[in-house]
Amino acid sequence: MTSGVLTRHALAPRLVGVLSLLAFFALIEVLIRIGVINRFIVPPPSEIIGSFGRVITEEHVFERFLLTAAECLTAGVMLTVFGIAGGVLMHRFKLLQQACETWVAALASAPIVLMYPLFMVIFGRNVWTIIMIGFVAALPPVILKTIEGFAGTRRVLIDVGRSLKLTRSQQFYKILFPAALPTIFVGVRLGLIFALINVVGVEFLINFGGLGQLINDLAERYDLPGTYAAIFFVIMVSVLFFMALEKVERWLRPE
Amino acid sequence: MAEAGITPKRPRNWPIGAVAMLRIALILAALLSWELLARSGWLYRDVVPSLAAIGGALANLLSHGDYYFHLAVTAGEIGAALAIGGLAGVAVGILLGANRFLSKAFESYLYYLGPTPKIIFFPVMIMWFGVGPSSKIALATLSCFFPVALSVAAGMRQIDQVLIRVGQSFRANRRHMILKIYLPAMRHPIINGARLGVGVALIGTLLAETKLSNKGIGFLIIQAYSIFDMPRMYAMLAVLFVLAIGVNALIGRFGGLDTIKRK
Repeated sequence: MTSGVLTRHALAPRLVGVLSLLAFFALIEVLIRIGVINRFIVPPPSEIIGSFGRVITEEHVFERFLLTAAECLTAGVMLTVFGIAGGVLMHRFKLLQQACETWVAALASAPIVLMYPLFMVIFGRNVWTIIMIGFVAALPPVILKTIEGFAGTRRVLIDVGRSLKLTRSQQFYKILFPAALPTIFVGVRLGLIFALINVVGVEFLINFGGLGQLINDLAERYDLPGTYAAIFFVIMVSVLFFMALEKVERWLRPE
Repeated sequence: MAEAGITPKRPRNWPIGAVAMLRIALILAALLSWELLARSGWLYRDVVPSLAAIGGALANLLSHGDYYFHLAVTAGEIGAALAIGGLAGVAVGILLGANRFLSKAFESYLYYLGPTPKIIFFPVMIMWFGVGPSSKIALATLSCFFPVALSVAAGMRQIDQVLIRVGQSFRANRRHMILKIYLPAMRHPIINGARLGVGVALIGTLLAETKLSNKGIGFLIIQAYSIFDMPRMYAMLAVLFVLAIGVNALIGRFGGLDTIKRK
Protein backbone atom coordinates (compact mmCIF):
# COMPACT_ATOMS: atom_id res chain seq x y z
CA MET A 1 0.00 0.00 0.00
CA THR A 2 2.75 2.40 1.06
CA SER A 3 4.87 1.48 -1.94
CA GLY A 4 1.87 2.02 -4.19
CA VAL A 5 1.40 5.54 -2.84
CA LEU A 6 5.13 6.16 -3.21
CA THR A 7 5.36 5.02 -6.81
CA ARG A 8 2.34 7.15 -7.80
CA HIS A 9 3.88 10.36 -6.50
CA ALA A 10 6.25 12.05 -8.94
CA LEU A 11 8.72 13.27 -6.31
CA ALA A 12 8.74 10.02 -4.35
CA PRO A 13 11.70 8.36 -6.17
CA ARG A 14 13.90 11.42 -5.64
CA LEU A 15 12.89 11.55 -1.99
CA VAL A 16 13.75 7.87 -1.57
CA GLY A 17 17.13 8.52 -3.25
CA VAL A 18 18.00 11.42 -0.95
CA LEU A 19 16.74 9.62 2.16
CA SER A 20 18.73 6.48 1.26
CA LEU A 21 21.86 8.58 0.91
CA LEU A 22 21.26 10.27 4.27
CA ALA A 23 20.53 6.88 5.88
CA PHE A 24 23.78 5.52 4.44
CA PHE A 25 25.81 8.39 5.95
CA ALA A 26 23.97 8.00 9.28
CA LEU A 27 24.82 4.29 9.27
CA ILE A 28 28.50 5.03 8.60
CA GLU A 29 28.47 7.58 11.47
CA VAL A 30 27.01 4.98 13.85
CA LEU A 31 29.42 2.23 12.73
CA ILE A 32 32.38 4.56 13.29
CA ARG A 33 31.12 5.67 16.72
CA ILE A 34 30.62 2.11 17.95
CA GLY A 35 34.08 1.17 16.65
CA VAL A 36 33.11 -1.19 13.80
CA ILE A 37 34.84 1.12 11.29
CA ASN A 38 38.22 2.59 12.24
CA ARG A 39 37.88 6.39 12.52
CA PHE A 40 41.53 6.77 11.49
CA ILE A 41 40.65 5.25 8.09
CA VAL A 42 37.15 6.65 7.58
CA PRO A 43 36.40 9.85 9.52
CA PRO A 44 32.80 10.29 10.77
CA PRO A 45 30.61 12.23 8.30
CA SER A 46 29.90 14.80 11.05
CA GLU A 47 33.66 15.55 11.27
CA ILE A 48 33.85 15.87 7.46
CA ILE A 49 30.94 18.35 7.49
CA GLY A 50 32.62 20.20 10.38
CA SER A 51 35.89 20.49 8.45
CA PHE A 52 34.28 22.19 5.44
CA GLY A 53 34.54 25.68 6.91
CA ARG A 54 38.19 25.14 7.90
CA VAL A 55 39.13 23.76 4.45
CA ILE A 56 37.35 26.60 2.65
CA THR A 57 38.96 29.40 4.70
CA GLU A 58 42.40 28.03 5.60
CA GLU A 59 43.16 26.23 2.31
CA HIS A 60 42.07 29.10 0.05
CA VAL A 61 39.53 26.96 -1.77
CA PHE A 62 38.09 29.89 -3.71
CA GLU A 63 41.49 30.87 -5.19
CA ARG A 64 42.20 27.22 -5.99
CA PHE A 65 38.81 26.87 -7.63
CA LEU A 66 39.52 29.94 -9.76
CA LEU A 67 42.91 28.52 -10.80
CA THR A 68 41.40 25.14 -11.80
CA ALA A 69 38.55 26.95 -13.59
CA ALA A 70 41.06 29.14 -15.46
CA GLU A 71 43.08 26.05 -16.52
CA CYS A 72 39.88 24.34 -17.73
CA LEU A 73 38.74 27.48 -19.51
CA THR A 74 42.08 27.90 -21.31
CA ALA A 75 42.08 24.23 -22.34
CA GLY A 76 38.40 24.62 -23.32
CA VAL A 77 39.04 27.65 -25.55
CA MET A 78 42.01 25.90 -27.19
CA LEU A 79 40.15 22.68 -27.84
CA THR A 80 37.10 24.55 -29.16
CA VAL A 81 39.23 26.56 -31.61
CA PHE A 82 41.54 23.74 -32.72
CA GLY A 83 38.92 20.97 -32.48
CA ILE A 84 36.34 22.79 -34.61
CA ALA A 85 39.03 23.97 -37.04
CA GLY A 86 40.30 20.37 -37.36
CA GLY A 87 36.77 19.09 -37.91
CA VAL A 88 36.02 21.75 -40.54
CA LEU A 89 39.29 20.97 -42.32
CA MET A 90 38.53 17.26 -42.39
CA HIS A 91 34.97 17.88 -43.55
CA ARG A 92 36.23 20.19 -46.30
CA PHE A 93 38.92 17.79 -47.56
CA LYS A 94 37.30 14.36 -47.84
CA LEU A 95 40.60 12.63 -48.58
CA LEU A 96 42.05 13.95 -45.34
CA GLN A 97 38.93 12.83 -43.49
CA GLN A 98 39.08 9.33 -44.98
CA ALA A 99 42.76 9.07 -44.08
CA CYS A 100 42.66 10.51 -40.55
CA GLU A 101 39.20 10.04 -39.03
CA THR A 102 39.99 6.51 -37.78
CA TRP A 103 43.25 7.81 -36.29
CA VAL A 104 41.39 10.52 -34.37
CA ALA A 105 38.83 7.93 -33.19
CA ALA A 106 41.68 5.65 -32.07
CA LEU A 107 43.30 8.56 -30.25
CA ALA A 108 40.01 9.12 -28.39
CA SER A 109 40.42 5.67 -26.84
CA ALA A 110 44.14 6.13 -26.05
CA PRO A 111 45.19 6.89 -22.45
CA ILE A 112 46.61 10.33 -23.35
CA VAL A 113 46.69 11.49 -19.71
CA LEU A 114 49.52 8.98 -19.12
CA MET A 115 51.74 11.26 -21.15
CA TYR A 116 51.83 13.72 -18.24
CA PRO A 117 55.48 12.86 -17.31
CA LEU A 118 56.40 13.64 -20.91
CA PHE A 119 54.53 16.96 -20.79
CA MET A 120 56.31 17.78 -17.52
CA VAL A 121 59.63 17.34 -19.31
CA ILE A 122 58.50 19.52 -22.24
CA PHE A 123 56.61 22.29 -20.38
CA GLY A 124 58.01 21.97 -16.86
CA ARG A 125 56.02 21.48 -13.64
CA ASN A 126 53.64 24.37 -14.20
CA VAL A 127 50.11 25.20 -15.32
CA TRP A 128 50.96 24.63 -19.01
CA THR A 129 51.54 20.93 -18.42
CA ILE A 130 48.07 20.74 -16.87
CA ILE A 131 46.42 22.84 -19.58
CA MET A 132 48.10 20.98 -22.45
CA ILE A 133 47.13 17.56 -21.07
CA GLY A 134 43.54 18.81 -20.69
CA PHE A 135 43.64 20.15 -24.24
CA VAL A 136 45.22 17.15 -25.98
CA ALA A 137 43.15 14.55 -24.11
CA ALA A 138 39.89 16.35 -24.88
CA LEU A 139 40.57 17.22 -28.53
CA PRO A 140 39.40 14.01 -30.33
CA PRO A 141 35.68 14.18 -29.34
CA VAL A 142 35.45 17.81 -30.53
CA ILE A 143 36.97 16.95 -33.93
CA LEU A 144 34.79 13.84 -34.34
CA LYS A 145 31.56 15.57 -33.33
CA THR A 146 32.32 18.54 -35.62
CA ILE A 147 32.71 16.15 -38.58
CA GLU A 148 29.51 14.35 -37.54
CA GLY A 149 27.66 17.66 -37.25
CA PHE A 150 28.58 18.79 -40.76
CA ALA A 151 27.97 15.34 -42.27
CA GLY A 152 24.51 15.24 -40.65
CA THR A 153 23.30 18.50 -42.19
CA ARG A 154 19.97 17.80 -43.90
CA ARG A 155 20.25 17.63 -47.71
CA VAL A 156 17.22 19.86 -48.11
CA LEU A 157 18.98 22.73 -46.27
CA ILE A 158 22.04 22.42 -48.49
CA ASP A 159 19.86 22.34 -51.60
CA VAL A 160 17.96 25.44 -50.43
CA GLY A 161 21.33 27.18 -50.14
CA ARG A 162 22.28 26.00 -53.65
CA SER A 163 18.96 27.15 -55.12
CA LEU A 164 19.57 30.59 -53.58
CA LYS A 165 23.00 30.53 -55.25
CA LEU A 166 24.88 31.08 -51.99
CA THR A 167 28.64 31.29 -52.27
CA ARG A 168 30.75 28.62 -50.59
CA SER A 169 31.42 30.82 -47.54
CA GLN A 170 27.75 31.92 -47.32
CA GLN A 171 26.74 28.26 -47.55
CA PHE A 172 29.11 27.53 -44.65
CA TYR A 173 28.11 30.43 -42.35
CA LYS A 174 24.38 30.48 -43.13
CA ILE A 175 23.59 26.78 -43.61
CA LEU A 176 26.26 24.27 -42.59
CA PHE A 177 27.61 25.81 -39.39
CA PRO A 178 24.22 26.72 -37.78
CA ALA A 179 22.87 23.25 -38.67
CA ALA A 180 25.93 21.52 -37.22
CA LEU A 181 26.15 23.70 -34.09
CA PRO A 182 24.09 21.51 -31.71
CA THR A 183 26.21 18.43 -32.56
CA ILE A 184 29.41 20.47 -32.36
CA PHE A 185 28.39 21.61 -28.90
CA VAL A 186 27.91 17.97 -27.84
CA GLY A 187 31.58 17.52 -28.78
CA VAL A 188 32.61 20.69 -26.93
CA ARG A 189 30.64 19.53 -23.87
CA LEU A 190 32.37 16.13 -23.94
CA GLY A 191 35.69 17.87 -24.48
CA LEU A 192 35.14 20.19 -21.50
CA ILE A 193 34.21 17.22 -19.29
CA PHE A 194 37.38 15.37 -20.39
CA ALA A 195 39.40 18.57 -19.84
CA LEU A 196 38.06 19.00 -16.31
CA ILE A 197 38.74 15.35 -15.42
CA ASN A 198 42.27 15.53 -16.77
CA VAL A 199 43.07 18.95 -15.31
CA VAL A 200 42.03 17.94 -11.78
CA GLY A 201 43.71 14.53 -12.18
CA VAL A 202 47.03 15.98 -13.31
CA GLU A 203 46.91 18.66 -10.58
CA PHE A 204 46.59 15.82 -8.09
CA LEU A 205 49.32 13.72 -9.71
CA ILE A 206 51.96 16.43 -10.08
CA ASN A 207 50.94 18.17 -6.84
CA PHE A 208 50.57 21.53 -8.53
CA GLY A 209 47.73 23.93 -9.22
CA GLY A 210 44.25 24.22 -7.75
CA LEU A 211 41.70 21.74 -6.41
CA GLY A 212 43.58 18.54 -7.36
CA GLN A 213 46.64 19.69 -5.45
CA LEU A 214 44.50 20.52 -2.41
CA ILE A 215 43.42 16.85 -2.12
CA ASN A 216 47.03 15.68 -2.46
CA ASP A 217 48.21 18.24 0.13
CA LEU A 218 45.59 17.30 2.70
CA ALA A 219 46.19 13.57 2.17
CA GLU A 220 49.94 13.98 2.64
CA ARG A 221 49.27 15.88 5.88
CA TYR A 222 47.01 12.97 6.94
CA ASP A 223 44.15 15.43 7.44
CA LEU A 224 41.48 12.81 6.80
CA PRO A 225 38.30 14.85 7.36
CA GLY A 226 39.86 17.63 5.24
CA THR A 227 40.76 15.15 2.45
CA TYR A 228 37.23 13.75 2.35
CA ALA A 229 35.76 17.29 2.44
CA ALA A 230 38.02 18.37 -0.44
CA ILE A 231 37.06 15.28 -2.49
CA PHE A 232 33.38 16.05 -1.84
CA PHE A 233 33.95 19.66 -2.88
CA VAL A 234 35.64 18.61 -6.17
CA ILE A 235 32.78 16.20 -6.91
CA MET A 236 30.21 18.92 -6.27
CA VAL A 237 32.08 21.35 -8.56
CA SER A 238 32.29 18.67 -11.30
CA VAL A 239 28.60 17.79 -11.01
CA LEU A 240 27.52 21.46 -11.15
CA PHE A 241 29.78 21.95 -14.17
CA PHE A 242 28.20 18.97 -16.00
CA MET A 243 24.70 20.20 -15.16
CA ALA A 244 25.47 23.71 -16.46
CA LEU A 245 26.86 22.25 -19.71
CA GLU A 246 23.74 20.12 -20.14
CA LYS A 247 21.53 23.20 -19.72
CA VAL A 248 23.48 25.05 -22.43
CA GLU A 249 23.28 22.01 -24.73
CA ARG A 250 19.49 21.77 -24.27
CA TRP A 251 19.20 25.47 -25.00
CA LEU A 252 21.20 25.06 -28.24
CA ARG A 253 19.44 21.90 -29.43
CA PRO A 254 16.29 22.62 -31.47
CA GLU A 255 13.10 20.83 -30.33
CA MET B 1 8.90 14.33 -49.90
CA ALA B 2 10.43 17.69 -50.69
CA GLU B 3 13.72 15.93 -51.19
CA ALA B 4 12.28 13.29 -53.52
CA GLY B 5 12.86 15.19 -56.71
CA ILE B 6 16.36 16.31 -55.86
CA THR B 7 19.28 14.07 -56.59
CA PRO B 8 21.69 14.93 -53.81
CA LYS B 9 25.28 15.38 -54.78
CA ARG B 10 27.01 12.79 -52.58
CA PRO B 11 30.48 13.59 -51.29
CA ARG B 12 33.03 11.81 -53.44
CA ASN B 13 34.73 8.81 -51.81
CA TRP B 14 38.38 8.69 -52.67
CA PRO B 15 39.86 5.38 -53.88
CA ILE B 16 41.56 3.31 -51.18
CA GLY B 17 44.94 3.72 -52.90
CA ALA B 18 44.84 7.52 -52.55
CA VAL B 19 43.85 7.24 -48.88
CA ALA B 20 46.70 4.79 -48.22
CA MET B 21 49.16 7.06 -50.04
CA LEU B 22 48.11 10.07 -47.96
CA ARG B 23 48.39 8.04 -44.75
CA ILE B 24 51.90 6.90 -45.65
CA ALA B 25 52.85 10.46 -46.61
CA LEU B 26 51.53 11.83 -43.30
CA ILE B 27 53.38 9.18 -41.28
CA LEU B 28 56.61 9.82 -43.18
CA ALA B 29 56.22 13.60 -42.75
CA ALA B 30 55.65 13.18 -39.00
CA LEU B 31 58.69 10.89 -38.63
CA LEU B 32 60.86 13.22 -40.71
CA SER B 33 59.76 16.29 -38.70
CA TRP B 34 60.49 14.41 -35.48
CA GLU B 35 63.97 13.45 -36.63
CA LEU B 36 64.72 17.01 -37.80
CA LEU B 37 63.49 18.39 -34.47
CA ALA B 38 65.64 15.85 -32.60
CA ARG B 39 68.74 16.92 -34.53
CA SER B 40 67.99 20.66 -34.54
CA GLY B 41 68.98 21.28 -30.92
CA TRP B 42 66.00 23.65 -30.45
CA LEU B 43 64.77 21.66 -27.45
CA TYR B 44 66.74 20.38 -24.46
CA ARG B 45 68.77 17.33 -25.33
CA ASP B 46 66.77 14.09 -25.11
CA VAL B 47 63.36 15.81 -24.79
CA VAL B 48 62.86 14.76 -28.40
CA PRO B 49 65.24 11.79 -28.83
CA SER B 50 66.13 10.50 -32.28
CA LEU B 51 63.99 7.78 -33.85
CA ALA B 52 66.98 5.40 -33.69
CA ALA B 53 67.24 5.96 -29.91
CA ILE B 54 63.51 5.30 -29.45
CA GLY B 55 63.72 2.23 -31.69
CA GLY B 56 66.67 0.93 -29.66
CA ALA B 57 64.80 1.55 -26.39
CA LEU B 58 61.73 -0.23 -27.81
CA ALA B 59 63.77 -3.27 -28.83
CA ASN B 60 65.50 -3.28 -25.44
CA LEU B 61 62.17 -2.99 -23.64
CA LEU B 62 60.47 -5.80 -25.56
CA SER B 63 63.45 -8.16 -25.31
CA HIS B 64 63.59 -8.05 -21.50
CA GLY B 65 61.43 -10.39 -19.42
CA ASP B 66 61.25 -7.75 -16.70
CA TYR B 67 58.90 -5.63 -18.84
CA TYR B 68 56.49 -8.54 -19.28
CA PHE B 69 56.43 -9.07 -15.51
CA HIS B 70 55.32 -5.44 -15.01
CA LEU B 71 52.87 -5.75 -17.94
CA ALA B 72 51.39 -8.85 -16.30
CA VAL B 73 51.02 -7.01 -12.97
CA THR B 74 49.14 -4.15 -14.63
CA ALA B 75 47.04 -6.53 -16.76
CA GLY B 76 46.18 -8.53 -13.63
CA GLU B 77 45.09 -5.40 -11.78
CA ILE B 78 42.95 -4.26 -14.73
CA GLY B 79 41.48 -7.77 -15.12
CA ALA B 80 40.56 -7.97 -11.43
CA ALA B 81 39.03 -4.48 -11.53
CA LEU B 82 36.98 -5.38 -14.61
CA ALA B 83 35.75 -8.59 -13.03
CA ILE B 84 34.64 -6.82 -9.81
CA GLY B 85 33.53 -3.47 -11.25
CA GLY B 86 32.08 -4.99 -14.42
CA LEU B 87 29.97 -7.60 -12.59
CA ALA B 88 28.80 -5.04 -10.02
CA GLY B 89 28.01 -2.66 -12.88
CA VAL B 90 25.99 -5.30 -14.77
CA ALA B 91 24.06 -6.23 -11.60
CA VAL B 92 23.28 -2.61 -10.69
CA GLY B 93 22.51 -1.77 -14.34
CA ILE B 94 20.00 -4.64 -14.62
CA LEU B 95 18.39 -3.57 -11.34
CA LEU B 96 18.06 0.06 -12.44
CA GLY B 97 17.05 -0.83 -15.99
CA ALA B 98 14.32 -3.21 -14.84
CA ASN B 99 12.83 -0.99 -12.15
CA ARG B 100 11.67 2.49 -13.11
CA PHE B 101 11.30 3.59 -9.48
CA LEU B 102 14.88 2.62 -8.54
CA SER B 103 16.13 4.21 -11.74
CA LYS B 104 14.46 7.52 -10.87
CA ALA B 105 15.73 7.31 -7.29
CA PHE B 106 19.39 6.47 -7.92
CA GLU B 107 20.42 6.65 -11.58
CA SER B 108 20.98 10.42 -11.59
CA TYR B 109 23.64 9.94 -8.89
CA LEU B 110 25.45 7.42 -11.09
CA TYR B 111 25.00 9.63 -14.15
CA TYR B 112 26.63 12.65 -12.52
CA LEU B 113 29.25 10.76 -10.48
CA GLY B 114 30.32 8.75 -13.55
CA PRO B 115 32.39 11.44 -15.29
CA THR B 116 34.04 12.88 -12.11
CA PRO B 117 37.84 12.43 -11.89
CA LYS B 118 38.31 9.13 -10.04
CA ILE B 119 42.04 9.53 -9.39
CA ILE B 120 41.19 11.97 -6.55
CA PHE B 121 39.85 8.97 -4.62
CA PHE B 122 43.32 7.38 -4.63
CA PRO B 123 44.36 8.72 -1.17
CA VAL B 124 41.17 7.17 0.23
CA MET B 125 41.87 3.88 -1.56
CA ILE B 126 45.37 3.81 -0.07
CA MET B 127 43.90 4.26 3.43
CA TRP B 128 41.38 1.49 2.83
CA PHE B 129 43.41 -1.03 0.86
CA GLY B 130 47.08 -0.19 1.42
CA VAL B 131 49.83 0.76 -1.00
CA GLY B 132 49.93 -2.59 -2.87
CA PRO B 133 47.98 -3.69 -5.95
CA SER B 134 44.67 -3.74 -4.01
CA SER B 135 44.40 0.07 -3.98
CA LYS B 136 44.99 0.17 -7.76
CA ILE B 137 42.36 -2.53 -8.31
CA ALA B 138 39.94 -0.62 -6.08
CA LEU B 139 40.45 2.64 -7.98
CA ALA B 140 40.04 0.93 -11.36
CA THR B 141 36.96 -0.91 -10.06
CA LEU B 142 35.43 2.41 -9.06
CA SER B 143 36.32 3.84 -12.48
CA CYS B 144 34.81 1.05 -14.57
CA PHE B 145 31.69 0.48 -12.47
CA PHE B 146 29.91 3.64 -13.65
CA PRO B 147 30.09 3.27 -17.47
CA VAL B 148 29.12 -0.41 -17.28
CA ALA B 149 26.16 0.23 -14.93
CA LEU B 150 24.86 3.15 -16.99
CA SER B 151 25.23 1.29 -20.31
CA VAL B 152 23.49 -1.82 -19.00
CA ALA B 153 20.65 0.21 -17.45
CA ALA B 154 20.12 2.06 -20.75
CA GLY B 155 20.38 -1.25 -22.64
CA MET B 156 17.70 -2.87 -20.46
CA ARG B 157 15.30 -0.03 -21.23
CA GLN B 158 15.97 -0.20 -24.97
CA ILE B 159 15.07 -3.88 -25.38
CA ASP B 160 12.43 -4.15 -28.08
CA GLN B 161 9.09 -4.96 -26.39
CA VAL B 162 8.22 -7.18 -29.36
CA LEU B 163 11.11 -9.50 -28.44
CA ILE B 164 9.86 -9.72 -24.86
CA ARG B 165 6.32 -10.46 -26.02
CA VAL B 166 7.63 -13.14 -28.41
CA GLY B 167 9.42 -14.78 -25.48
CA GLN B 168 6.28 -14.58 -23.36
CA SER B 169 4.10 -15.99 -26.13
CA PHE B 170 6.46 -18.97 -26.33
CA ARG B 171 5.95 -19.33 -22.57
CA ALA B 172 9.68 -18.95 -21.94
CA ASN B 173 10.61 -19.33 -18.29
CA ARG B 174 12.76 -16.71 -16.46
CA ARG B 175 16.04 -18.50 -17.31
CA HIS B 176 15.16 -18.73 -20.99
CA MET B 177 13.98 -15.11 -21.04
CA ILE B 178 17.35 -13.97 -19.62
CA LEU B 179 19.49 -16.26 -21.80
CA LYS B 180 17.52 -16.09 -25.06
CA ILE B 181 15.96 -12.61 -24.98
CA TYR B 182 17.44 -10.14 -22.50
CA LEU B 183 21.16 -10.90 -22.75
CA PRO B 184 21.33 -11.24 -26.57
CA ALA B 185 19.26 -8.04 -26.95
CA MET B 186 21.57 -6.24 -24.53
CA ARG B 187 24.78 -7.45 -26.12
CA HIS B 188 25.69 -4.15 -27.72
CA PRO B 189 25.16 -1.92 -24.66
CA ILE B 190 27.03 -4.43 -22.46
CA ILE B 191 29.96 -4.59 -24.90
CA ASN B 192 29.94 -0.81 -25.25
CA GLY B 193 29.96 -0.46 -21.45
CA ALA B 194 32.81 -2.98 -21.23
CA ARG B 195 34.75 -1.04 -23.87
CA LEU B 196 34.35 2.20 -21.93
CA GLY B 197 35.06 0.31 -18.70
CA VAL B 198 38.33 -1.14 -20.02
CA GLY B 199 39.48 2.35 -21.07
CA VAL B 200 38.82 4.00 -17.72
CA ALA B 201 40.08 0.98 -15.73
CA LEU B 202 43.33 1.11 -17.69
CA ILE B 203 43.74 4.83 -17.05
CA GLY B 204 42.81 4.47 -13.37
CA THR B 205 45.26 1.62 -12.79
CA LEU B 206 48.17 3.23 -14.61
CA LEU B 207 47.70 6.68 -13.06
CA ALA B 208 47.56 5.10 -9.60
CA GLU B 209 50.74 3.18 -10.41
CA THR B 210 52.50 6.39 -11.45
CA LYS B 211 51.46 7.99 -8.14
CA LEU B 212 52.52 5.27 -5.72
CA SER B 213 53.73 1.76 -6.53
CA ASN B 214 56.80 -0.39 -7.01
CA LYS B 215 55.57 -2.51 -9.92
CA GLY B 216 53.45 -2.23 -13.06
CA ILE B 217 53.73 -0.24 -16.27
CA GLY B 218 52.78 3.04 -14.56
CA PHE B 219 55.68 2.53 -12.16
CA LEU B 220 58.07 1.92 -15.09
CA ILE B 221 56.89 5.12 -16.82
CA ILE B 222 57.41 7.31 -13.75
CA GLN B 223 60.76 5.57 -13.09
CA ALA B 224 61.91 6.42 -16.64
CA TYR B 225 60.80 10.03 -15.99
CA SER B 226 62.68 10.27 -12.69
CA ILE B 227 65.97 9.07 -14.25
CA PHE B 228 65.24 11.12 -17.42
CA ASP B 229 65.42 8.08 -19.72
CA MET B 230 63.28 9.69 -22.42
CA PRO B 231 63.72 7.11 -25.21
CA ARG B 232 62.50 4.41 -22.82
CA MET B 233 59.54 6.56 -21.78
CA TYR B 234 58.54 7.21 -25.40
CA ALA B 235 58.90 3.50 -26.17
CA MET B 236 56.69 2.54 -23.23
CA LEU B 237 54.05 5.11 -24.10
CA ALA B 238 54.03 3.92 -27.72
CA VAL B 239 53.54 0.27 -26.68
CA LEU B 240 50.84 1.30 -24.22
CA PHE B 241 48.94 3.33 -26.83
CA VAL B 242 49.07 0.45 -29.32
CA LEU B 243 47.83 -2.00 -26.66
CA ALA B 244 45.03 0.33 -25.45
CA ILE B 245 43.80 1.15 -28.95
CA GLY B 246 44.11 -2.50 -30.02
CA VAL B 247 42.11 -3.83 -27.03
CA ASN B 248 39.45 -1.17 -27.61
CA ALA B 249 39.15 -2.07 -31.29
CA LEU B 250 39.07 -5.82 -30.52
CA ILE B 251 36.25 -5.47 -27.99
CA GLY B 252 34.32 -3.31 -30.46
CA ARG B 253 34.81 -5.81 -33.28
CA PHE B 254 33.99 -8.94 -31.25
CA GLY B 255 30.98 -7.20 -29.78
CA GLY B 256 29.74 -6.28 -33.25
CA LEU B 257 29.85 -2.53 -32.50
CA ASP B 258 31.27 -1.86 -35.95
CA THR B 259 28.16 -3.39 -37.51
CA ILE B 260 25.92 -0.91 -35.66
CA LYS B 261 27.80 2.04 -37.06
CA ARG B 262 27.33 0.79 -40.63
CA LYS B 263 23.53 0.72 -40.37
